[in-house]
Amino acid sequence: MTDILAVTDHRRGELRDSSYELITAGRQLADETGGDLHLAVISGTVDEFAEKVNREGVDAIHTVSHGEEFNHDVYTQAITQLYDELAPQYVLTPNSVNGLDYAPAVANRLGLPVVTDTVDLATSGETLTATREMYGGKVETTNELDGEAVVTIREAEWPAAEGTGDASVEAFDADIDEDAVGSTVNGFEEVGGGDVDISEADVLVSVGRGIEEEENLDIIRDLADALDATVSSSRPIVDNGWLPKNRQVGQSGKVVTPDVYIAIGISGAVQHVAGMKGSDTIVAINTDPNAPIMDIADYAIHNDLFDVVPALTEEFQ
Amino acid sequence: MKILVTVKEVATVEDEFEIEGTEIADQYLGADLNEWDDYAVEEAVQLQEAGVADEVVTVTIGPEDCEQTIRQALAKGADRAVRVWDDSLDGVDLLDVDAKTEILRAVVEEEDPDLVLTGVQAGDDSFGATGVSLAADIGYEWGAVVNHLEHEFDGDVASVRRELEGGVEELTEIELPAVLTIQTGINEPRYASLRGIRQAQRKELDVQTLADLGVDESAVESALELTDMYEPESESDVTVWEGSADETAAELGELLRDKGVAP
Repeated sequence: MTDILAVTDHRRGELRDSSYELITAGRQLADETGGDLHLAVISGTVDEFAEKVNREGVDAIHTVSHGEEFNHDVYTQAITQLYDELAPQYVLTPNSVNGLDYAPAVANRLGLPVVTDTVDLATSGETLTATREMYGGKVETTNELDGEAVVTIREAEWPAAEGTGDASVEAFDADIDEDAVGSTVNGFEEVGGGDVDISEADVLVSVGRGIEEEENLDIIRDLADALDATVSSSRPIVDNGWLPKNRQVGQSGKVVTPDVYIAIGISGAVQHVAGMKGSDTIVAINTDPNAPIMDIADYAIHNDLFDVVPALTEEFQ
Repeated sequence: MKILVTVKEVATVEDEFEIEGTEIADQYLGADLNEWDDYAVEEAVQLQEAGVADEVVTVTIGPEDCEQTIRQALAKGADRAVRVWDDSLDGVDLLDVDAKTEILRAVVEEEDPDLVLTGVQAGDDSFGATGVSLAADIGYEWGAVVNHLEHEFDGDVASVRRELEGGVEELTEIELPAVLTIQTGINEPRYASLRGIRQAQRKELDVQTLADLGVDESAVESALELTDMYEPESESDVTVWEGSADETAAELGELLRDKGVAP
């Protein structure tokens, strides 16, 4: 019980970056436990995927050819069977939307604890110490558990593995019970199209929960007009129906890389930051000096946005 | 159709706070209905208004203090509530996914719902795992991170959209009975009316102990132990502009001109 089993992530024919990040995290743990790093590649063009994830640090790759796209029932069955075969210490999965659609089920079926959204991992003997955030990133916690576990890792926390590996690649003959597959994926839809593509903008005036009321968006629109900039937002504004989905920056919205990103009343949850951290210059207007957005901002204003935004608009009118 | 909605009172934290041991000091904490659960409750109530659901029951794991928060869901239209608490849960730092699954399973067995709605995650500990764990445990189907649910069911099949990363939605059919974890934005949660709030005071709120549910105390011992809590080290090298709103706005204006992006 020293091996690591990491489950790669793909969608619509493409491996996701998290697959390579899992290799880095998995290798680190395997080095600590003195075991091997096994990868599972389930569904889709498994041989092509296996070749791509055969990077430095991987010892063995197990492919399960079953269907094209992710299906949680197929994943759950395949992983539990691989677990029985390999008896790894830890099962690692990405903390992606799909990862969270099977990792807790795998843990439950195997009778193992699950710890999700980890940002750092360390082991000492049989004990795993997992670092995670609480309260939307206001605090970090360490959590210990003994023995085997299913662990999901936050995306983009570990660097992608590189190099070429010489892992063995073997087809694993999983016995998938079709009667136990109770969900069917019928397709995908890109959302957030429409008149504006915020990822093309040079300057984004981006608004978050701090704006408080829908009527107050007028001061944001006025500023964008004065600056000849584009309005974007964090998730709560779109959830409230105040702006359309095509304005949303973040993990489930658009990834943007403007010259200047002005974050107004945005706390900077990790899902939001994932969509804008590549901006050239980031300015945060937020009264909370401890807001997570400050970690990636280049410039900050701690005055009230309701004073600063109109003052800035006036400068350019 | 009967719907069970899991709801949780979550702790909210002020901007400035202090940590005592592995907890945030009480005076910096507030309490609210978990944001994701608010959407789950709304979805259930809408299904009831559409004539699809006959009964909406909420279940929570929490001490008596949280009843006011739980009654918010009743005020919005849920029919009755179950609250599970036990002396053995007092003072527990962290109830992990397995422990919550054990407790909720017992409630599902008693209530026998066709559909269980949970929030995607709780705003405080954010495991995002209990719904799917529960589904696997009780032998229900499931779907995680659902941001659209068709209110017309095709027999025993729910049509949902799952919100994937990068503005992509997955169109999925899920056999009932099922657990769906509900994402924010799926609907517009209502505010409770005054009439709703008055009615909520009279609605049934049933309190159950672990023994009532036939759950052994040992089953709710968390494998996961919270060992430390601290403020993350800031990696910030932010330049803070000081001064009045006008002065700071002027600084930002100058930056925009320097970058050549101002009109």
